[in-house]
Amino acid sequence: MSNDATLVQAHDAHGHHDGHHEHHKQHFITKYIFSQDHKMIGKQYLVTGIIWAIIGALFSVFFRLQLGFPESNFPIMEQFLGEWAKGGKLSPEFYYAMVTMHGTILVFFVLTAGLSGTFSNFLIPLQIGARDMASPFMNMLSYWFFFISSIIMFASLFISTGPAAGGWTTYPPLSALKEASLGSGLGMDLWLISMTLFIVSQVLGGLNYVSTILNMRTNGMKMTRMPLTMWSFFFTAVLGLLSFPVLVSAVVLLLFDRHMGTSFYLSEIFIGGKALSHMGGSPILYQHLFWFLGHPEVYIVMLPGMGMASEILSTHSRKPIFGYTAMIISLIGITALALIVWAHHMFVSGMSPFLGSVFVLLTLLIAIPSAIKVFNWLTTIWRGSIRFTVPMVFAIGFVSIFISGGLTGIWLGNSALDIHLHDTYFVVAHFHLVMGVSAFFGMFAGVYHWFPKMFGRFMNNTLGYIHFFITFIGAYLIFWPMHYAGLAGMPRRYYDYTQWATYAPYQSMNAFISIVVVITFFAQLLFVFNFFVSMFRGRKVTSTNPWGSTTLEWTTPVHPGHGNWEGPIPEVHRWPYDYRDDGNGKDFIPQNIPLRPGEEEH
Amino acid sequence: MSGLILTALVILVFIVIYQIARASEYVNLIRGEEETVSKKTNKALAWVLLIIFFLGMWGIYECHKHLAPLYLPESASEQGLQYESMLMWTIIITGIAFFGTQLFLFWFSFKYQAREGRKPLFYSHNNKLELIWTTIPALTLMVLVAIGLKNWNNMTSKAPEDSLKVQVVGKQFNFIIRYPGKDGVFGKTNFRLINDANNVLGLDWNDPAAKDDIIIENGEIHIINERNVQFVINSRDVLHNLSLPHFRMKMDAVPGITTTLWMTPRISTAKMREITGNPDFVYEIPCSEMCGKGHYSMKGTVIVETKAEFEKWLSEQKAYYSMHHEVAAAPKADAPPAGAAPADSAAVAKDTTTVAVK
Ligand code: HEM
Ligand SMILES: [Cu+2]
Ligand SMILES: [Cu+2]
Repeated sequence: MSNDATLVQAHDAHGHHDGHHEHHKQHFITKYIFSQDHKMIGKQYLVTGIIWAIIGALFSVFFRLQLGFPESNFPIMEQFLGEWAKGGKLSPEFYYAMVTMHGTILVFFVLTAGLSGTFSNFLIPLQIGARDMASPFMNMLSYWFFFISSIIMFASLFISTGPAAGGWTTYPPLSALKEASLGSGLGMDLWLISMTLFIVSQVLGGLNYVSTILNMRTNGMKMTRMPLTMWSFFFTAVLGLLSFPVLVSAVVLLLFDRHMGTSFYLSEIFIGGKALSHMGGSPILYQHLFWFLGHPEVYIVMLPGMGMASEILSTHSRKPIFGYTAMIISLIGITALALIVWAHHMFVSGMSPFLGSVFVLLTLLIAIPSAIKVFNWLTTIWRGSIRFTVPMVFAIGFVSIFISGGLTGIWLGNSALDIHLHDTYFVVAHFHLVMGVSAFFGMFAGVYHWFPKMFGRFMNNTLGYIHFFITFIGAYLIFWPMHYAGLAGMPRRYYDYTQWATYAPYQSMNAFISIVVVITFFAQLLFVFNFFVSMFRGRKVTSTNPWGSTTLEWTTPVHPGHGNWEGPIPEVHRWPYDYRDDGNGKDFIPQNIPLRPGEEEH
Repeated sequence: MSGLILTALVILVFIVIYQIARASEYVNLIRGEEETVSKKTNKALAWVLLIIFFLGMWGIYECHKHLAPLYLPESASEQGLQYESMLMWTIIITGIAFFGTQLFLFWFSFKYQAREGRKPLFYSHNNKLELIWTTIPALTLMVLVAIGLKNWNNMTSKAPEDSLKVQVVGKQFNFIIRYPGKDGVFGKTNFRLINDANNVLGLDWNDPAAKDDIIIENGEIHIINERNVQFVINSRDVLHNLSLPHFRMKMDAVPGITTTLWMTPRISTAKMREITGNPDFVYEIPCSEMCGKGHYSMKGTVIVETKAEFEKWLSEQKAYYSMHHEVAAAPKADAPPAGAAPADSAAVAKDTTTVAVK
């Protein structure tokens, strides 16, 4: 079809001649910095994501120390944070600033940009058989918008009033009025600007992912022959395109309220000793706009992990994914429902209770496709032949943690329970397990699995296993006990519980959790170390298909150049999960192998 | 400096671990084990995962043993009882799903570890099976939805006519409580009249109904046991949330919008002191919506008492108006001790002018 033509075009457009003879020397800047190669852009996203993840996680260590040991001082914090932690004790303002930045960084910069940015970019062309993205230039722009947005967010950490401090949801009026909190000053403006640029980046990226998947598949790669990773990245991008723009409107209206005296979100407010002139706005409007993105966002974070776990569970069990079609249908179901359940975050916001009932019904419906996926994963490993590679153990961990976190969604989605559980530690436990940790597990599984394709080397396995076990056990030790505190109504976003007779008894639990957090944090540093050192010193990959996988990325050379395949793009003849005897003693049949005479497609 | 040393130390430890780990992998390679995972490692990992599963189950037990006793005492409201029973059903249903799926996950992982001669089954779909495990969760969820909506409609229905009405207003960082006074009607308010010195809620003194309103500034809500109470909730500045964990309820306080919440208290504070064996027990109200740097210290309390106690308490409360204005008709004997009076009247004088200007 037109793929080779596209390649020629793409290369003419930016003057590279390296598609077919990759040893050609490239300029450092075009190769590593302003690269238009989807693989390099993917790696840029990954490295930026890792840096953000370290910062975001470090913040959580700091505020966990405050929560776990409210009476103690940690002079080391002063070294990192300066006047925000005078004498080694966090100030409440900065505690809230760190919590806010932690959420923003991890949800948006790590688990959205770092996760789908990395793997959509890296894998889409490789797995559908394309030389590059539909628009490599837009793809590059997408990364650089993300980069600028990152710089602005990072800069906000250093201004004198501190970064935004109203929670990652930044509800007005708190976020709209500088009198209401230090963080609602310049820090909040930077947050809003950074998020707007971030959304530009997501839209540019998303358009590319969607159009590449729809238009650039190689011959024979019907939609129904795409690996589930492709399906999940596709729906991730669709969700992002439909919902991120709504956050822009939320952000812009908030900027207007902040600086132009409009009253979209503000009404009848007396603060800082005076009555403000705003009348007639509604803070609840912001919540609708925010969650119209916010809920799809949690699936934007989740779907890539689901796709990669499906792929990895199947590959390392040497068995096809069970219920391929059901998996796709449930992805469609999740995508559609994810767009219409947002108000389950607002049951007690003052929204009409009747509206609440509608959202209860829709919300619990979304548990059905989620349940189907879990059952299918379980059946996939059933009667397989499991190799416990590092990506595989992470994929198993992913399923375990997704179950634990997903089930509590059923509690929270029922408004009559949420009326007590809302904004307590129960919610914190729920979303950290289901979206924080399990998305991270999907991402780790992906990194360990595709690292050989990215860098032509393996990550160190032993360190990988250590990383897995500490993280898996750590995650449960950290978040499981929080359910109990939440059931007792312990509010989230509290700096200190010592003044509360009802919650002071949870002090030893908090201290325990904080200790586990520190240990788990070091295990993540171990991963980062493993990642960077293995890039240069890891065991070399010797065969093109080290995992014995069926998908197209493993038909490229060990170090694919820009353009991915040296010769023509392989054609596809079968679905992606043909893990069966190929007649020559191998237990898998890659997608590019033609059907044998008399063989029927699965 | 110590930060630097610590970082260096961590990196050093990592390098050592990495080198050891790397060496051991090369040893495996030299032995000629070319697979992605050596047989020995694979077997070991299968065991470790299984052990982790059992450790996990034990961990759940331990966690429960330590934390369940810290749970709240029985629900202090009738509505909370509905919450509790529904919670129990939800725990049972999701609990079965939880233990079932986790058990399968870890059991399959162990049982189907790669072994010499194991041939994985080529099993790509089974429509009947998939239909079954779509329908069963769907039906179960519908049961939960039905229970949930029934309770939700009860909880959010219109408050019964005879409810005691109490207004709760959130502000950074405390709750202000208002009772309507003898006439049973809340006087009009206007946020432009708010003044922290003598009109914290912006009561409109032109409205006669405002003059007898009682305002409690320390966040203490008194309510009558077994009498429905309706909270009328507002905020002066940013979002807050009136949370009543012991009653299993909460509702946001939103500036510019009035929200409500009603419930039927069923255990008095005194009784709860007996139940918990804690003579200092009080129903605490935390603010549950992020509201700024003092969010964590925004506290109110609820006192549930008998009708007689409540009425006695209420009769001792002065109308807010009279506390801040010289009431012309008031007999001299009731006047505040000399010394306080001039200051007071000065403040009032100043204030009337501000109000007049507006
Ligand atoms: C079984 C399906 C799920 C249901 C029924 C569900 C339900 C809910 C509900 C009702 C809340 C609001 C609780 C409250 O604030 O009071 C909530 C919060 C949350 N959920 Fe889920 N959820 C599900 C799955 C997920 C998934 C898959 C993710 C992530 C990928 C996720 C991420 C979150 C996050 C981040 C929050 C907290 C937001 C915040 O207030 O900061 N949930 N969930
Ligand atoms: Cu949601
Ligand atoms: Cu508050």
